[in-house]
Amino acid sequence: MRTRSELKNYQHEQHYFRIRLAVAAVFVLACFSVLGMRLFYLQVVKYDHFQTMAENNRISVVPIVPNRGLILDRNGVVLAHNFFAYTLELTPAKIDDVEATIDEIAKLVEVSSLDRKRFKKLRAQSHSFESVPLRTHLNEVEAARFAVNRYRFPGVEIRSRLFRHYPEKKLGSHFIGYIGRINDKDLKALEESGDLSNYKGSDHIGKSGVEQFYERSLHGVTGSQQVEIDADGHAVRVLSSTAPVAGNNLVLTIDSKLQRIAEEAFGDWRGALVAINPTNGEVLAYISQPTFDPNLFVDGIDTENWKALNESLDRPLINRPMRGIYPPGSTLKPFVALAGLDAGKREPPFSISDPGYFTLPGSSHRYRDWKPSGHGRVDMRRAITVSCDTFFYGLAVELGIEKMASYLRHFGFGEKTGIDMNGEMSGLLPTPEWKKRRWKQPWYPGETVIVGIGQGYTLVTPLQLAQATAMFANNGVAMRPHLVSAIQETDSGRSKPVTPVVVDKVTITPEHMEIVKLAMRDVTLPGGTAVSVGAGAPYAVAAKTGTAQVIGIKQGEKYDESKINERHRDHALFIAFAPMDAPKIAVAVIVENGSHGGSTAGPIARKVMDYYLLGKMPDPPKEPKPAKPPVQEPAHD
Amino acid sequence: MINTIFRYLTRHIDGFLMGCLIVAALTGFTVLYSAAGEEPHRVMSQGINLMVALSVMWVVSNIPPQHLERAALPLFLLGLLLLVGVALFGEISKGARRWLHLGVVRIQPSEIMKIAVPMMLAWYFSKREETPKLFDHAIAAVFLGIPVILIMKQPDLGTSLMIAASGFYVLFLAGLSWKLLVGAGVLIAAGGPIFWTMLHDYQRRRIEILFDPYQDPLGAGYHTIQSSIALGSGGIGGKGWLKGTQSQLDFLPERTTDFIFAVYGEEFGLVGNLLLLFLFTLIIARGMWIAAHAQNTFSRLLAGSITLTFFTYVFVNIGMVSGILPVVGVPLPLISYGGTSLVTLLLGFGILMSIQTHKKLVTT
Repeated sequence: MRTRSELKNYQHEQHYFRIRLAVAAVFVLACFSVLGMRLFYLQVVKYDHFQTMAENNRISVVPIVPNRGLILDRNGVVLAHNFFAYTLELTPAKIDDVEATIDEIAKLVEVSSLDRKRFKKLRAQSHSFESVPLRTHLNEVEAARFAVNRYRFPGVEIRSRLFRHYPEKKLGSHFIGYIGRINDKDLKALEESGDLSNYKGSDHIGKSGVEQFYERSLHGVTGSQQVEIDADGHAVRVLSSTAPVAGNNLVLTIDSKLQRIAEEAFGDWRGALVAINPTNGEVLAYISQPTFDPNLFVDGIDTENWKALNESLDRPLINRPMRGIYPPGSTLKPFVALAGLDAGKREPPFSISDPGYFTLPGSSHRYRDWKPSGHGRVDMRRAITVSCDTFFYGLAVELGIEKMASYLRHFGFGEKTGIDMNGEMSGLLPTPEWKKRRWKQPWYPGETVIVGIGQGYTLVTPLQLAQATAMFANNGVAMRPHLVSAIQETDSGRSKPVTPVVVDKVTITPEHMEIVKLAMRDVTLPGGTAVSVGAGAPYAVAAKTGTAQVIGIKQGEKYDESKINERHRDHALFIAFAPMDAPKIAVAVIVENGSHGGSTAGPIARKVMDYYLLGKMPDPPKEPKPAKPPVQEPAHD
Repeated sequence: MINTIFRYLTRHIDGFLMGCLIVAALTGFTVLYSAAGEEPHRVMSQGINLMVALSVMWVVSNIPPQHLERAALPLFLLGLLLLVGVALFGEISKGARRWLHLGVVRIQPSEIMKIAVPMMLAWYFSKREETPKLFDHAIAAVFLGIPVILIMKQPDLGTSLMIAASGFYVLFLAGLSWKLLVGAGVLIAAGGPIFWTMLHDYQRRRIEILFDPYQDPLGAGYHTIQSSIALGSGGIGGKGWLKGTQSQLDFLPERTTDFIFAVYGEEFGLVGNLLLLFLFTLIIARGMWIAAHAQNTFSRLLAGSITLTFFTYVFVNIGMVSGILPVVGVPLPLISYGGTSLVTLLLGFGILMSIQTHKKLVTT
């Protein structure tokens, strides 16, 4: 019985299976018919079309790399451009003995040991079928000499390639950035964003600065060309081509003359300066000292230069304005003052009598003022002008860390400014919540005290400091700082301006504004901490000096008495805007180990403001390094 | 004496299938010689590959289907274990994690799954006493889904799609409800446009290029454009062996592997193409005949799936080379250069032969 039923089941199943199989067979035939028809279409209907395309039959699709856009300063001065030059390139996969070939080549054209080193490095980074440059910038004679002997060197080719050049060399290299050869990481990023095919034929990509941030805009759209080539693979005739679209030019907000003046004003000092137009966020000067020559990076930097730059104690490769973080010192005081006034504290006629120190209730620990004898009677305005620490210790405690931090955050402290470059640091605005997260420790009242004078955990970038100053100068309206003012289409010449963006607004009552502004103006007048900055200026400058302590020995630093001493001096800080009543420029300066804001950082800012507001060129420097910390200025802030 | 040995050796070889395979393989050598720039060492090395693959086929054809049935579950589990191993410890090469180092040997577990998945599903359905219900299909779909997803994650889209197809064929032949099939079809057709609107611009563009290569002549479209030119310029009669200019110069990428059909089509024309398609049709027809006459559920389903998977390889590869399907890395069976895929392929044909030749022994 069971057997019968299974047998029946078996037959039924096989029958059913065969129906399915028949359906599949029909599907197979249908699919093959489609293939047959497609092949008929290609090989019979469109035969003539493809026959022409394959006529004699050497058609190759070659990418045409677009010209990279130029980078110009606000007055049209060229900061980055391209030129054609011959390169001698080797394709390792097509060469049996690369070393021997290079030795042979060296008999025809000069190949320096630096060239060899760079070639070795590039070769290690490339695939063997990629062509790697051995010599760049061959002159006509060298190119011709090699061309005659070309038959002896299979796998070696002379190519005419576009080169990027930064004519101003070291000027502004941190924001201009540089391009470099596309590496595996870049390739992966291009693949992920779907841009890979647009980079067929491109060897370079922006690696830092605006070169990197505006890469898509600068690169352009790669064109293609169908060329007929002969049996050796050389182009004989162009059949059709899609023109490339050249990359867009960038017009920067930077004034390269101002940039140069500021860079020269630094002399041998290390540091940073950012000048912003407070009304629209345009970055007018962006200095990171010392600087470097971006041309070194374009075709792969050689090991020696790289080592020199990377291991220098001066750290020229660090983009200080946005990646250098420093304690703000007393330059934070105007903002703490605004926070206090906004909370209804320390409004005039409130004043204290400064004994030269501050103590927390129930504690005997003395928080010292920079002036041991104290400043006597001080109100808010005078406290800013003479940079009275005692006054701000008390204010900070009364405000409390939370309230102070939340107000300061509005001025952009602890937040990225959103400038158009990658890698900006956000600094640090400490809060009890942060400390718990970071150090798993409670917040101590004493830490609130020193935040009031910009010490403690607080860290800012020079860019943040400039931005906060600009925001104050602009009546509490923060414009996003930006380096590019317009993007220009190369072919049509049409220019798309970058519209200023308001990022934040803080309401500052006019009376409070007035108190802080006047106090900051007094800083540059006799009795203030930066008298020399105001001296003889036909416009009113509002400013604040600051000093930041340098702690600990940096990693990798050798013990060298004289150096340690110099590098352990305090950093000098300075913020200013001018003219006071209708500000056109806001500046933040940090001079590393410059000791006093008023004497080292202030004069640099003055030169920048003089040129920007008056068109006045600075006097030629008498000595390479500005005077070492003088004694006659107030000893602090 | 020699006759006896020959008869012993060919006891489990299906003559018709063997004949077709040999003709196809010889065609492959001919094209490969041309595609490799008339250098014989590529052909020699493919010859060695063929010898190995034929030996594997011979061995498998001598294993009775009942033994294969018993091996299905362990083989599947082993394959799954190795796939998980690849996901965890696999060696990364060219951006994908496909290989596993086991001491001395390096293996690609997804290759095992090409055979293990249809075997497993065929075994599962053969174990059901009743006509398979929707529930059985759902279980089988899970067995299928796990390896497919693991392989897709490697990522190896081509192989995972092929394995998905081989498993789907088992489900289909085992009687997957028509309602469900039509329903799924309608769902995909309806969901497509909605899905499309949800994509980002750049994602849409990628899909557009997939179907219209001329939008991106330097990137994804390059292969298809070059192969279309090669095929089209071949015309009806072809340019003649070793005379395909597109193929002889460096225009056609991957011309010994995935795009070898373009070389063949350029040199042998439409006539050659149709003959090759006819040869593939004969192989598929024989496979279906074997499936239709197989004795039990396991053999039937497995034979059907192997045959239809073979068809899928042919269709997807030629469809891709001729520009009606997007470019996925699938070789043309028996023609493309490559050892691993050849071994897996002939192993499948060994199973077909085993099913066909062991049948008589059991029934009589």
